[in-house]
Amino acid sequence: MPLRLLKNAIDPRPDARFFTQPERLKKRYDVVIIGGGGHGLACAYYLAKTHGITDVAVLEQGYIGGGNTGRNTTIVRSNYLTPEGVKFYDQSVRLFQDLSDDFDLNIFYSRRGHFTLAHTDSALRTMRWRAEVNKHYGVDSEVVGREDIAAACPELDLDCGGHLPIQGALYHAPGAVVRHDAVAWGYGRGADRRGVEIHQKTRVTGIRVDGGRVTGVETDRGAVEAGAVVSMVAGSTPRITGMVGITTPIVIHPLQACVTEPLKPWLDTIIVSASLHVYVSQSSRGELVMGASLDPAELHSTRSTLDFTEELTDHMLDLFPFLGQTRLMRQWGGMADMTPDFAPIMGTTPVAGFYLDSGWGTWGFKATPVSGMTMAATVASGRDHELIEPFNLSRFERFALVGERGAASVGH
Amino acid sequence: MKLIDCPSIGPRPAAEFVYGGAWRPMPDPDACSDADWAHYVFHRDGAPGVRRELWYHGPSGTWLVAERDTLSDRFLRTTSLADAVAEEGDYA
Repeated sequence: MPLRLLKNAIDPRPDARFFTQPERLKKRYDVVIIGGGGHGLACAYYLAKTHGITDVAVLEQGYIGGGNTGRNTTIVRSNYLTPEGVKFYDQSVRLFQDLSDDFDLNIFYSRRGHFTLAHTDSALRTMRWRAEVNKHYGVDSEVVGREDIAAACPELDLDCGGHLPIQGALYHAPGAVVRHDAVAWGYGRGADRRGVEIHQKTRVTGIRVDGGRVTGVETDRGAVEAGAVVSMVAGSTPRITGMVGITTPIVIHPLQACVTEPLKPWLDTIIVSASLHVYVSQSSRGELVMGASLDPAELHSTRSTLDFTEELTDHMLDLFPFLGQTRLMRQWGGMADMTPDFAPIMGTTPVAGFYLDSGWGTWGFKATPVSGMTMAATVASGRDHELIEPFNLSRFERFALVGERGAASVGH
Repeated sequence: MKLIDCPSIGPRPAAEFVYGGAWRPMPDPDACSDADWAHYVFHRDGAPGVRRELWYHGPSGTWLVAERDTLSDRFLRTTSLADAVAEEGDYA
């Protein structure tokens, strides 16, 4: 338990503010991180804490955690399909489990168990495949039958009204939900205390490259020199890579989510159905947090649509018919930076000193700690950390993709 | 309701259309280098702006090329695929 909780029980004075607000940008930083979401702040945190690099500026065009960090559905899991993915996300789950103590801040890490439902024989085959890869790398996953699903979630209609009966599921006991804002704040405060400058409302408008090496960035508050520049901007990645003249396979699609009005607690697991393209968990406030597949066409926007809620609620009622009278309360969207193989694009690039942490599509929040850790190590050494070597941008030229589509998303 | 102008039968609800990805020239696979081919297969111009895209109108079975702004989601112009190919050649 974070000690701060005890202190607050005894001492009535409010906590100090989380972040100092540096007045002006310095002329030069060793490292400039573009993007003050979970990934950017985690990278700053590990640069300062693990590598002793504190001359770091995090530049955020809006406010901390206001992008995809605050728009995801907060699920953390490591039951991926490829060895590269399983090892990477397993490290992330382990880091998440220690974060509350690390930060001395309650991130509301809540282990729920995670069911990925299989409605067809072919889906069940993929679940067996995932379970075997997971077990091989020490990740707790197993295929379970209908009776196990019914015992864990008696409210579920296992026959889905008759048209897509559930055959079984991949059960992943470590699956958890986390308060996503607290993750960004915890990393931000930890970085701030170690000397990192966090500049909000500071938009990068250009990146200076000289002789194939990055030398600094231009912002709407003036130019700064930089020894290294790290792009950790999710849905804005194509704009940033355009500034250094490199292309990537990334295209942007909106990903939407929504919550219901608060209900009494009844759902203590996370339920995912790829065939029905929905996933759901119940938050500690009682709201059902629900997501579905990507919007079908490329778009740089966080707008919401009625098409999305119509399709999602239709499928939710297949799983949970008793929710027919429940009302939706909020709906929102984020910009997902999608890659062809549903794996991220991370590490070194053809431009010396320019690093990418991108291609986080619909799977980025759960990777926040491990992305920060591995990107910090990559920036500190100038070489890709071994966990992210398979995710380098150059994999596409080598036709060495990391096919993660069967496990990273419900949109297939 | 969002409408898209189908070249065959006029404005129709967007829900009747299927997105088919960017419409762009394909290099000759026999003549280009492996790197150029990989670039064509995987890389995209992902920045916001006006793009030419393939769309399919299901009810009338029409393939079309749309000029669309990927920042505002506005359709600026639609042409049947046959007309677009007649104008510019076949992108395969």
